[in-house]
Amino acid sequence: MSDATVVLVSLGLGTYALKAAGPLLLGGKVLPRWITRLAELAPAALLAALVATSTFALGDRLTVDARLLGLVAAAVALKLKAPFVLVVVIAAAATAIARSLA
Amino acid sequence: MPVGQILCVDPMDVVGPVARRRIVARALSVALAASPFAVAFGAIASASGLTLAETIGFSTFVFTGSAQFAAVAILADGGAIGAAVSTGLLLNLRSLAFGILLVPDLRGPVWWRALVSQLVIDESTAIATVENDTASRRWGFLVGGVAVFVLWNLSTIVGAVLVPTGGDTIQRYGLDATIPAAFLGLLWPRLADSTQRRVAFAGAAIAIAVTPFTPPGIAIVIAIVAVLAGRRR
Repeated sequence: MSDATVVLVSLGLGTYALKAAGPLLLGGKVLPRWITRLAELAPAALLAALVATSTFALGDRLTVDARLLGLVAAAVALKLKAPFVLVVVIAAAATAIARSLA
Repeated sequence: MPVGQILCVDPMDVVGPVARRRIVARALSVALAASPFAVAFGAIASASGLTLAETIGFSTFVFTGSAQFAAVAILADGGAIGAAVSTGLLLNLRSLAFGILLVPDLRGPVWWRALVSQLVIDESTAIATVENDTASRRWGFLVGGVAVFVLWNLSTIVGAVLVPTGGDTIQRYGLDATIPAAFLGLLWPRLADSTQRRVAFAGAAIAIAVTPFTPPGIAIVIAIVAVLAGRRR
């Protein structure tokens, strides 16, 4: 089995367990405060970490390349309330243009 | 007992036509809004070397956007299986909260609850929870969940099949820049809140700081400690 298949199966099962825990197991019990707080804040930490590493990391090396221009273009597009698909396309276009000019 | 009553599947009879139209319109617009993201996922996954079956598998069995992107981005960067899975699961912790929030609306036989649990996602939770009565919430959850599920998977296939891969495609078309842009798009609405903003900046800083010293993907898992920056002061 490829790594991707292993990740797909484990993440699929784990995610399903998270989704189904409430409807299948808990009869409307209230979660401990720290879990709800973690669920509220964890996405911000992880998504920002993903933005940072997918912009600056190449394996375990840090680098500044045309991806940063794409990210800046995406931020401007988001600031101007562009729809999601446009944000992604703009980031790709800015990066591609920067590379073709380099 | 009529089948609909046993399954609690069809609350049509209690949801009025006005509410029904409103819910369907919301469900379709939310599903349409989400689908470009699935196109991007399909394209990035196939550009990262996943097979078509694996790419669709993520959209069908994992079926949560940010976790799908994170897992594939970490794998594409040569990250470990454990890092890809644990980052995805941490991102999906909110599904646990959503599932619990929806408990009163998902009543029914065990097999029914087991089946519809897969539809517990941001969109279906949002559509359901804005309704005021249980029947409308049930309907909102189901219509929203199914609409997003169908469009999400179709869009994944479109992205995987239509976007060219191989050679220097990723570099030439700037496809690698679509990953940070997609994550930024997901993060953006949270940045309006000062606590979330603090946590986000801490998370990015931690990830950058530890990247040179950790295997690919682990930096993202470590960044979870940034939630400490969100402690009430």
